[in-house]
Amino acid sequence: MIRLEGLTKTYGSFVAVDQIDLHVPKGALFGFLGPNGAGKTTTLRMIAGILRPTAGRIWLGGDDVVAAPLAAKARLGFIPDRPFVYEKLTGAEFLRFVAGLYSQDGERVERRIAELLELFELSVWKDELVESYSHGMRQKLIISSSLIHRPECIVVDEPMVGLDPKSARLLKEIFRHFVDRGGTVLMSTHTLEIVEAMCDRIAIIQQGKIVARGTMDDLRKQTASGDLSLEDLFLRLTGGTAAQELARVLGG
Amino acid sequence: MSVLALILRPKLLTLRTRLRQERGGGGGGKILIVAGVGLVFWAAVFGVLYRVLRYFRGVEDIGPLLAAKLLGLVLLSFLSILLLSNVITALSSFFLAKDLELLQSAPVDWLNVYLARLGETMVHSSWMVALMAVPIFSAYGVIYQGGLVFGLLSVVALAPLLLIPAVIGSAVTLTLVNVFPARRTRDLLSVVAVAAAGSVVLMFRIIRPEQLARPEGFNNLLDFITVLRTPTSPFLPSEWATDALMGVLVGPFDPLPLVLLWSTAAAVVVMGAWLHQRLYPSGFTRSQEAAERFAKGWIWHLVLDPLLRRLPAAKREFVIKDIKLFFRDTTQWSQLILLGVLLVIYLFNIRALPLFTGERVPFFLVTVVSFLNLGLAGFVLASIAARFVFPAISLEGRQMWLLRSSPLDLRTLLWSKYWTGTIPLLILALVITVFTNVLLRASGFMMAVGVGTIVLLTLAISALALGFGALYPQFETENAAQIPTSFGGLVFMMTTVALLAGVIMIEAVPVYGYLRATFNGQPVRVTPVMVLAFGAVVAVCGAATVIPLRVGLRKVESFEF
Repeated sequence: MIRLEGLTKTYGSFVAVDQIDLHVPKGALFGFLGPNGAGKTTTLRMIAGILRPTAGRIWLGGDDVVAAPLAAKARLGFIPDRPFVYEKLTGAEFLRFVAGLYSQDGERVERRIAELLELFELSVWKDELVESYSHGMRQKLIISSSLIHRPECIVVDEPMVGLDPKSARLLKEIFRHFVDRGGTVLMSTHTLEIVEAMCDRIAIIQQGKIVARGTMDDLRKQTASGDLSLEDLFLRLTGGTAAQELARVLGG
Repeated sequence: MSVLALILRPKLLTLRTRLRQERGGGGGGKILIVAGVGLVFWAAVFGVLYRVLRYFRGVEDIGPLLAAKLLGLVLLSFLSILLLSNVITALSSFFLAKDLELLQSAPVDWLNVYLARLGETMVHSSWMVALMAVPIFSAYGVIYQGGLVFGLLSVVALAPLLLIPAVIGSAVTLTLVNVFPARRTRDLLSVVAVAAAGSVVLMFRIIRPEQLARPEGFNNLLDFITVLRTPTSPFLPSEWATDALMGVLVGPFDPLPLVLLWSTAAAVVVMGAWLHQRLYPSGFTRSQEAAERFAKGWIWHLVLDPLLRRLPAAKREFVIKDIKLFFRDTTQWSQLILLGVLLVIYLFNIRALPLFTGERVPFFLVTVVSFLNLGLAGFVLASIAARFVFPAISLEGRQMWLLRSSPLDLRTLLWSKYWTGTIPLLILALVITVFTNVLLRASGFMMAVGVGTIVLLTLAISALALGFGALYPQFETENAAQIPTSFGGLVFMMTTVALLAGVIMIEAVPVYGYLRATFNGQPVRVTPVMVLAFGAVVAVCGAATVIPLRVGLRKVESFEF
């Protein structure tokens, strides 16, 4: 379970995240949407304990991320949008290191590393330095590292960027199995088809505030949109006229 | 706006923004400190050279020859440094810079790209040498009353001297990248550069230049003058610059050296451009290849696992990771070569002290040298800590998302960084101190004082390096070797020097007491003053260890990414 209460983040006078309340129940796959610069990544990084909230509370399972960070973080697997990893470690070494951060070692970890590398088709590359990995391979390595300690919750920022179709399908299946077994996923993405197809609930954030939340049906009711697709709903809620503007710029 | 100006504009705008941010973010104090240290350095260089040149001016006949020879040597060293530095910088600006893909995909003429990158390479490699030249040329100008003409001529002579090695360095890099992948070339060059610098320093020390100052070293004055009159090489640009500058100062002035300098500079730019047009496309393609691929991690586990078995998993994996990254990053481990050179020179200097000339070494002198050696050893350790411990936090920058989102206690992070840096430093400190005291044949008392103090100092220096490294992180720097030269590195060195001075001053009291007692033939007693002084040293070093680590921890906890 992930719960946010009055979560706020300011940078000087700029309010990046403004009094967000959100509840992602256990066993749910939750889509977190918003235009660029709306505050998605800031929110996710606060949940992961990377950024400190200006105000409000974040609960992961039963633990407060600010008051009991180590216990809360032990429940979490975080997948960032930019795959920065130690370039001079091999894939297997990186996973072993991450397992160490979660105080896990020994034969169990070695088996888990082999299992995850196999799953993401990285076994052949396991003894090669990360500096020779492609963007997609790094992304797969980071996804593997977020699963190494068998987390209760996964917070993921733009998971599909750089993944080939096969890996993207695999990731979707992993997330689905994960929530079916009681895990919780909070996912931020711009790929609205994936959210529409996979997520149980959705929240849309704009200018730091949540402007809509609920199931697809709830969102349609809130906006009185009939049977609009998520893309149309999203554009209506966020005032997006980008498509028309794009056509104009391109001379269409 | 010309295309060349357009390509250079982002760099200039970035520089302007950085300066504005510095000024806006209370960077006035920072600028003041850097300027202050720079001025002290300039004044020292000027002062030393002024005295030397004043002495030369007083020597009849051979005075100007000596001054010219010295200038020739200085400019020749500049030329060698510039050549090496340009080769390394060209690798980044021509092949590894992040904006190259944008430039390559844009419809920009190759000549403009070449000239822009050449200019960038020259500025990055030469600014330090250009700054260093200011007090040197000033000393020559003042002593020989060169006036404004000499000032202007210095600029005219220095400019091609900076440009020529930039073109040659870039051409060497271009050729190398066409043979090896760029990242492999970088590794290769890092090692070659450090080894070359180390060898030059080592050779310079081992030939003991101080002996040349002894008059009995020369057989014949005429031979000596002949050597002075002979140019190092008539084809070296540094020699042309020397001829032009000395011509203005002591006459007769001949414009030919200046013509040679500028025509050579123009010719090498043309040749460099031709080579760039021919080789750059294939070199750039090769530079996209990765360096090495496979790594033998099991060797480290074989060595380290038994040693670290008792540590908790997080600490153990952190230490193993740090050691692996250090030895796999050529820019880092290659600095060990310099460390080895430093150590050899250090011990060589102690051995070469005129204490060992056959007579019995005076007790007073040995005790004082052994005691002051603590300060020197501390300074050496501080320089090494600046190289290896100070960058530790900065190097985690890009991966901080992982460390902050995992249940890693940040004390574990600091603990691992601290001990990974401190243990090798401690071994080195003990080797330096014990060996030096053995070479000096110091007494048991001085050995105990030396070993005790250096252990405490090492613990403090390492903590200061880590603490200041956390206070002034350089997360964007990709080359670890550049991190110690930042403002934070300067502040760390200044603080460490203050600590060393403090400890030496406190310990001078009991050491003086010991000297006096021994000199008077009295037994050495443990007095309250002695206890108080050594207690104060423990307290000062303890505070210098604990406070920086705590401040560093608080700073690391406040990092936001």
